[in-house]
Amino acid sequence: MSDTATDMIRFEHVVKRFGDNVVLDGLDFAVQPGEFVTLIGPSGSGKTTILRLLMTLEQVSEGRIYVGGDCLSHMTRRGREVPADEKYQRRIRKRIGMVFQQFNLFPNMRVRQNITEGPIHSLGLPRAEAEERADKLLDMVGIADKADAHPAQLSGGQQQRVAIARALAMQPDVLLLDEVTSALDPELVTGVLALLKDIATTTEITFLCVTHEMNFARDVSDRVMMFDGGRVLEDAAPEKLFSDPDHERTREFLRAVLERG
Amino acid sequence: MIWDWQYAWEVFPDIVVDGLRITLLATVLGSALAYALGLLLTLLRRSPIRLVSSTAWAFIELVRSTPLLVQIFFFFFVLPDFGVRFDPLTTGVIALGVHYATYCAEVYRAGIEAVPVGQWEAAVALNLPRLRTWTAVILPQAVPRVLPALGNYTISMLKETPLLLMIGVLDIVGVANQLGSRAFRYVEPITIAGVLFLVLSYSASLLVRGMERRVRYSH
Repeated sequence: MSDTATDMIRFEHVVKRFGDNVVLDGLDFAVQPGEFVTLIGPSGSGKTTILRLLMTLEQVSEGRIYVGGDCLSHMTRRGREVPADEKYQRRIRKRIGMVFQQFNLFPNMRVRQNITEGPIHSLGLPRAEAEERADKLLDMVGIADKADAHPAQLSGGQQQRVAIARALAMQPDVLLLDEVTSALDPELVTGVLALLKDIATTTEITFLCVTHEMNFARDVSDRVMMFDGGRVLEDAAPEKLFSDPDHERTREFLRAVLERG
Repeated sequence: MIWDWQYAWEVFPDIVVDGLRITLLATVLGSALAYALGLLLTLLRRSPIRLVSSTAWAFIELVRSTPLLVQIFFFFFVLPDFGVRFDPLTTGVIALGVHYATYCAEVYRAGIEAVPVGQWEAAVALNLPRLRTWTAVILPQAVPRVLPALGNYTISMLKETPLLLMIGVLDIVGVANQLGSRAFRYVEPITIAGVLFLVLSYSASLLVRGMERRVRYSH
């Protein structure tokens, strides 16, 4: 196993249960800073749950998750380990961003305010600086002219670009991508994936990505993890995993996905 | 003759100037209190602290399960025993406001629950402080869509203001009743009072219907 001090993300024996349903079953893995790791696997295999645990949208049932060396669920107070409080979690959460399948833009705010909201109210940036950052990012994601639009006036692809800009405006160390092209019309997918590839290759951000776009995964990932039944079945470089997987189950899954799409 | 136009014309200004003013004042202030207190109750109801949320729940159930008139009397006759004393109109506004706040609380709750869970999750992902999440993300989406429902409670409240007559607040009906007893002639003042209520609540309900249409378009 890798050196714990340098891991960007580390899961230690993570178990996640919803009632009797065990979604993650003693999961161990680590991601290095700057790595692009893609999670693939059949639906219900727990991929999205991993992202949601990292974003603190869910709590682990057992085990520990570390981001940049800090535990998400526990903190140290007077030399003793206690459950993390809100303040501590907010400090850790600053380093993590997430882009959702359904975009989840704030419909009551214009595009620019969607992007400045986090920098102003979480990072404490002055408004002018946050707006400058937002405009730069909108330019980068290719919709500089939409800053004053409302989300409802944008196409799905444009909304997802705003969501990506919104996550990047927080300058996170870790960016979680949860099936970000699944809700898009097919003709808009390519553009969004090209944008993400561009961001992945030009920044130091660590990516954890759940996707069904296998060509994209093969193209940008440093590592691909195949999940099945709440465990990592296979963890390899994309060239290896997509061309010559060790497990028959991986082969079956890839065949099914490729046939479908 | 059953209807005396001259007498009707005489009492009309008094009913409008004295009565209508009080009716509108009680309804507007009572609604403002109900809207604000209702929102507070909803938020308390959602508190992670059990004692707070169950106290808010108990208060809502208590008020909703007892008649408005009992509450009006309670505020007017019982609270002064504990040193809390207001003039009749203020007492009436408080009673109306508290009573309807418990209904407004339910309305807000529905509005808040209608905000997609993805909005909360996006707020967490952006690490927004809790207060900012409420004021900038959740309430601006929850409140506009419940405005018609709140408006309907204001119309109900309008029609219940005559109850304040019981503690000596003279609204439209109160003034009409007083004028009627002075002249031993009730037909004109009471009819005028009824027509005023009809005009008020019908135009208010048109307003609410317009709001409903706007809310439907924007979602």
